[in-house]
Amino acid sequence: MSSNDTTGKTLLVATLLCVFCSIFVAYAAVALKPQQEANKQLDKNKSILAAAGLLDSGKKVKDVFDQRIEVRVVNLDTGEYLTEANASADWEKAIVQNPLAYEQRKAAKIPGQNEMLDGAIDIAVIKRQPKYATIYLAKNEQGQVETIILPVNGYGLWSTLYGFLALKTDTTTVVGMGFYEHAETPGLGGEVDNPKWKAVWPGKKVFDESGKVNIHLIKGVVDPAHPQAVHQIDGLAGATLTSRGVTNLVNYWLGSNGFGPYLAKVKAQGV
Amino acid sequence: MASENRKALLDPVIASNPIMVQVLGICSSLAVTSNLKTTIAMCIALTLVTAFSSYFISLIRNQIPSSIRIIVQMTIIASLVIVVDQFLRAYAYAISKQMSVFVGLIITNCIVMGRAEAYAMKNPPVASFLDGFGNGLGYSVILLILGVFRELFGSGKLLGIEIFKLVSDGGWYVPNGMLLLPPSAFFLIGLLIWAMRTWKPEQVERNEYPLATHTKAQPAH
Repeated sequence: MSSNDTTGKTLLVATLLCVFCSIFVAYAAVALKPQQEANKQLDKNKSILAAAGLLDSGKKVKDVFDQRIEVRVVNLDTGEYLTEANASADWEKAIVQNPLAYEQRKAAKIPGQNEMLDGAIDIAVIKRQPKYATIYLAKNEQGQVETIILPVNGYGLWSTLYGFLALKTDTTTVVGMGFYEHAETPGLGGEVDNPKWKAVWPGKKVFDESGKVNIHLIKGVVDPAHPQAVHQIDGLAGATLTSRGVTNLVNYWLGSNGFGPYLAKVKAQGV
Repeated sequence: MASENRKALLDPVIASNPIMVQVLGICSSLAVTSNLKTTIAMCIALTLVTAFSSYFISLIRNQIPSSIRIIVQMTIIASLVIVVDQFLRAYAYAISKQMSVFVGLIITNCIVMGRAEAYAMKNPPVASFLDGFGNGLGYSVILLILGVFRELFGSGKLLGIEIFKLVSDGGWYVPNGMLLLPPSAFFLIGLLIWAMRTWKPEQVERNEYPLATHTKAQPAH
C-alpha cells in the first residue's frame, strides 16, 4: 500500500483519472448535443406559444407553431421589417432567405451585426444589441395577426434572463409573459417561472396614454384600487434584484432602443 | 447469488436504509419529492450514480493514493453525474428543467460519497456495485413513499393524473398545501423513522450522553 503514496504515483493516478474522466464527459456532452439543441428549440417554441396563450396540451407544439406563428425579422433602429428591398449586406440577404435560421443571440456576438451599448442606456445590461431581432406574429384561425411576440432579455441577479413578451396589436395590452432560460435562485428569483406569477401579466398595459413606457414590478402585491395598478406587476418575494432586472429588461426592450420604433410603426400603420 | 452479495444488495433497503438509519441524503429527498415524476427521475439517477461510482472506485481501489482518495472519488462521481445530467437534458428535458440544480447536487449527496468511502474502497467491484445499487434502492423506497404521499395529498394527483377531484375544480378534496413545501418531507421522514424504529427497536441508537436534569428537585416553598 505504501508504494501508492509516493509523489510520482499520486501525480500519475491524478493525471490518468483526469484524462479518462474528461474523455468520458466530453464524449457524452458532444454525442448528446444535437438532441439537447432540438429540445431547447422545442422548449423555446413552446414558450412563444405559451406567451401568446396558444399552448394547447392536446396539440403538438410543432403543429401549432407552424400553423399559427409567422416569423419576421425587424430592424431595431428603424422599426421596419427586413425585406429583400432593404437588405444590403450578404448576411442580411441570407436572413431574408431563411428567417428561421437567424439567431438573435448569436448575432449579438458577430462583429458587424450588432452595436455596443452605452452604459447609461443599457439598463438591461445586455452590453451588445443586435441590429435585427426576430419577432413572432401569432395569427387567429382566419389568418389575422392577433398577437405580437417580442423576445426580451436582460440581467437579473445571477444570469441573463431570456423570455418573450406577447402584446395585442394595440401594442399596449399584455397577452402573456414568460422566460425560457435563466439561472436565478430556485425558489426566489426562479419564481419567474411560477404560473401564478405569470398569470399576473395578461391585461396589464405597458404604455400610458402619452405613449411612454410604464410598467413596473413593485414590492409586494398590487393593490387593484391603485390608480397605477394596470401598470404594476407583483414583485417576486425575496428576489429584489431579479424583480428589478425584469422591470429593467421590459422597459429597455419596449423603449426607444428596443422595440419602441417598431411598436410605434405598428400602432400607426398596423402589422 | 452468494449470500455476501445478497446481503450487500438487500441490507440497505430496510435493515440499514441510508435515509432511515444513517440519516443521509436528506437534502435532496426534501427538494424533489413534491411530485412523483421528478422523484422517480431522481431515484433512477441516484441509484445509477451510486452503483457505478462504487463499481469504478472499487476497480481502482488498490491504486488510489490515500492522500488524494477523496478527490479521486469526487472526480469519478462528478463525471458520472454530469453524464446523467446530459442524458436527462437530451431525453427528459422537462424533468431536467424541473429538477434544475438537484441533479448536479447528487455529487454532494452523502450516500454516494459515504458508500464510496465506507464500502467500495475496501470491497471487490461486483460487491461494491451491488452495495451501491442496494443503497440507491433504499433511498428510492423512501423517496417514492414521500413522493406518492406528497403528490397525492398535496395536489390530489399521481404522476399528474387526477386521483382526488379538487374543490377548486368542483370536486370534494381540499389539498394540503403544506405537503408541497419542503418541510413536509422532513416531518414525513421523521414519522417514518419513528414507525420503523418502533418496528425494529435495534435501529435505535444508544444515547451518547444521559440527559442531566437542569435543577435539583426541591419541595415547593
